[in-house]
Amino acid sequence: MIRISLMAAGLALTLSGASTAAEKPVLNVYTYDSFASDWGPGPKVEKAFEAICDCDLKFTTAGDGAALLARVQLEGKRSKADVVLGLDTNLTARAAKSGLFAAHGITPKNLAVPGGWNDPLFLPFDWGYFAFVYDKTRLKTVPHSFRELAAAPDSLKIVIEDPRSSTPGLGLLLWVKAAYGDKAPEIWKGLAPHILTVTKGWSEAYGMFLKGEADMVLSYTTSPAYHLIAENDDSKAAAIFDEGHYMQIEVAGKMATAPHPALADKFLKFMMSEKFQSLIPTTNWMYPAVALKDGLPKGFAAPIPADKALIMSPEAAQAARDAALAEWQSALSQ
Amino acid sequence: MAERAEPVITPALVAGLGAAALVAALSLGTVAVVAWAAVSPMRLGAGDWAAVKFTLSQALVSAALSTALAVPVARALARRQFRGRGLLVTLLGAPFILPVIVAVLGLLAVWGRGGLISAVLVHFGLAPLSIYGFRGVVLAHVFFNLPLATRLLLQGWQRVPGEHFLLAAQLGMSSRDINRVIERPILRAVLPGAFATIFLLCVTSFAVALTLGGGPRATTIELAIYQAFRFDFDMGRAALLALMQFSIGLGAAVLAWRLARDAAQDPGLGRAVRRWDCLHPLSRAGDVAILGAVSLFLLAPLAMVGLRGVMGLGLLDAGVLAALMRSVIVALMSAGLTLALALALGAAVARRRAGRMAPWIESAGHLSLAASPMVIGTGLFILLYPFVDPAAVALAVTALVNAVMSLPFALRALVPAMRHVQSVEGALADSLDMGGWARFRLVTWPVIRPAAGFATGLAAALSMGDLGVVALFADPDAATLPLYLYRLMGSYQMTAASGAALLLVVSSLALFAAFDRWGRATG
Repeated sequence: MIRISLMAAGLALTLSGASTAAEKPVLNVYTYDSFASDWGPGPKVEKAFEAICDCDLKFTTAGDGAALLARVQLEGKRSKADVVLGLDTNLTARAAKSGLFAAHGITPKNLAVPGGWNDPLFLPFDWGYFAFVYDKTRLKTVPHSFRELAAAPDSLKIVIEDPRSSTPGLGLLLWVKAAYGDKAPEIWKGLAPHILTVTKGWSEAYGMFLKGEADMVLSYTTSPAYHLIAENDDSKAAAIFDEGHYMQIEVAGKMATAPHPALADKFLKFMMSEKFQSLIPTTNWMYPAVALKDGLPKGFAAPIPADKALIMSPEAAQAARDAALAEWQSALSQ
Repeated sequence: MAERAEPVITPALVAGLGAAALVAALSLGTVAVVAWAAVSPMRLGAGDWAAVKFTLSQALVSAALSTALAVPVARALARRQFRGRGLLVTLLGAPFILPVIVAVLGLLAVWGRGGLISAVLVHFGLAPLSIYGFRGVVLAHVFFNLPLATRLLLQGWQRVPGEHFLLAAQLGMSSRDINRVIERPILRAVLPGAFATIFLLCVTSFAVALTLGGGPRATTIELAIYQAFRFDFDMGRAALLALMQFSIGLGAAVLAWRLARDAAQDPGLGRAVRRWDCLHPLSRAGDVAILGAVSLFLLAPLAMVGLRGVMGLGLLDAGVLAALMRSVIVALMSAGLTLALALALGAAVARRRAGRMAPWIESAGHLSLAASPMVIGTGLFILLYPFVDPAAVALAVTALVNAVMSLPFALRALVPAMRHVQSVEGALADSLDMGGWARFRLVTWPVIRPAAGFATGLAAALSMGDLGVVALFADPDAATLPLYLYRLMGSYQMTAASGAALLLVVSSLALFAAFDRWGRATG
């Protein structure tokens, strides 16, 4: 008897819970997998925003930034997404051209993104520098430029990601292009003997590096901070290159067809706030887009100086990509 | 008078045609949907032809090596009975059902620069092993597909009635004579099909080929399809590449048909197989050496996955169990569906009066071998998105697509067994006017049960390990185990990911073994 009444009470609770949830509007945020995963910023962001929005924040995921854009393009004007979070500036020209995004109308304050920001459609939520990460206990002579890397003994091996299937891979392609322009094919030829292999995505490459397969891996300057803070392991470091480092700026935008445009605006404002931004360093392992009150967490290296930052504008990146890919393919296929 | 094969419309034929239509819709229909959604004209890029060339050459070599190596292994397994043989056969099948990334990391733990063999070489002052390149691709594909080839050939051996070997022994035949009279015709019958199947599996490979191929030289058609979707968002090109993959599949299938000679189906009386020709210690030592070497090759990488995984198990939280449960449910649904489809197709094909439709129905069941998972997933997404929330149907769609992807292997196991029943018991059952369910339950099922168990187990295990289309439809709160594993890796949780990989391997194998045993259990 008791059990039945308990069950009834439970049922009633569940039903009433469901009905209040149904009354609240649902804000659909599309993002990449690792952002929404249990170890990423997603769950904490959801909790913090739901506390102030009187809404239900729901994440929908695609593999990574490029998969995310392809998904939104597939859905087109029928999309139920309000906000798309997780493209980078190498993708935003294509995203803007799709006509699926609306102006955000926000002027961000205290911006900490080197080079400033004036994109009317997209707002940055974090950023980082691509870099080759190595293990200090295994690699003794560390190259400090692409030319030094090319000149190193052939036994120094790196593993990189494929630009056709991975955003860091595309970042490296544009990094070499931004640093060397017409000389890029020459640099790739020099790097070729050191490239152990090319992987589909970051996970495979980083996994292979951690298992000791390669001496260096294409990742971010912030990767060592993960090992230091989360694993108390200070053996990893990022090699700082004289040419400067290509930036990845991750952005979010509001869909022109957003079912809840006002909520989407509210979310984008929240995204630029201290609350959201302070979650970024130790969950997404990138630099926050806004200067934090207490600075970066302990163990997070200060970013390299802004004058060492390399980046192409979204239009320039979009224009350079196909030719750069062809150069890369021909240099590495010989 | 020759019997003319006139198709007769029966429920079995209708079910078979329905199943064939479903598979065709999923594999070819989705290409049409993607092509229809294309905005730009369909044309191939410059690099695409290089991709076709590389795809063909690596697949040819990989398939040739896998099947050639499988001959002595299957022969040794067929000739020997020993304690633990069943377990060995199950374990040797493991690489085939591993998720790609797990298998690659396992292989590298043995063959890689930081692997076991290199560690020994470096210890003795030698340079570490370098496997990246064409040989790496072939090595990985042999690792994946040698087990399947062995299993397919072994089935051929197992269809030889025990009486044949008894007669051979009475006639004083040596192993060499038996090879000529009995074994070669078996190989002639099963090798072309096994070769074509593995060739197609290697054609559609992508991440393995890229990672072990050492760079963009190792671009396969499937990678080009992937690039067309996400790098260029050029669906016309993706559809064209998918069609190209189908033409290669068609070519391989036609070639296999022409080469295959049906071995005479001899019913036998069900006597247990004994081999009197293999008692010589030398022949015994040879078989032991072959089985030892292949076990080492296939099981060492698995052992490394196990060793590394044990440390990661402690780092997993409750989320992994939910993912495991979801994967098991999807695998069971998928396996059930595979069995139903395979039985429907098999019944239509094995009918006495199957007629000219039979080869068409059977080949329709194999279409998914040459299909691109990326195209199937995207096509389904385009079709379903206007009507349902993709996340709501993610698991159902995954189960369906996995079922169709496993169907060719289920057909390879089931169709010969069903034909066998028809040729052996068909006349008697006809004379008793036995049909429908009674005939299936009393005549067909007892004979095909082992093949059905194997096929269902394989389908369940393949579904467990496959990332499949779930990534395209995924609900972030409802990951399957392979997706969960990828998410761990994407969040720096590599040690925990090794734990999840171990869990995945063990649960896939357990599912496979459970169905396989159920098939072989009597009663």
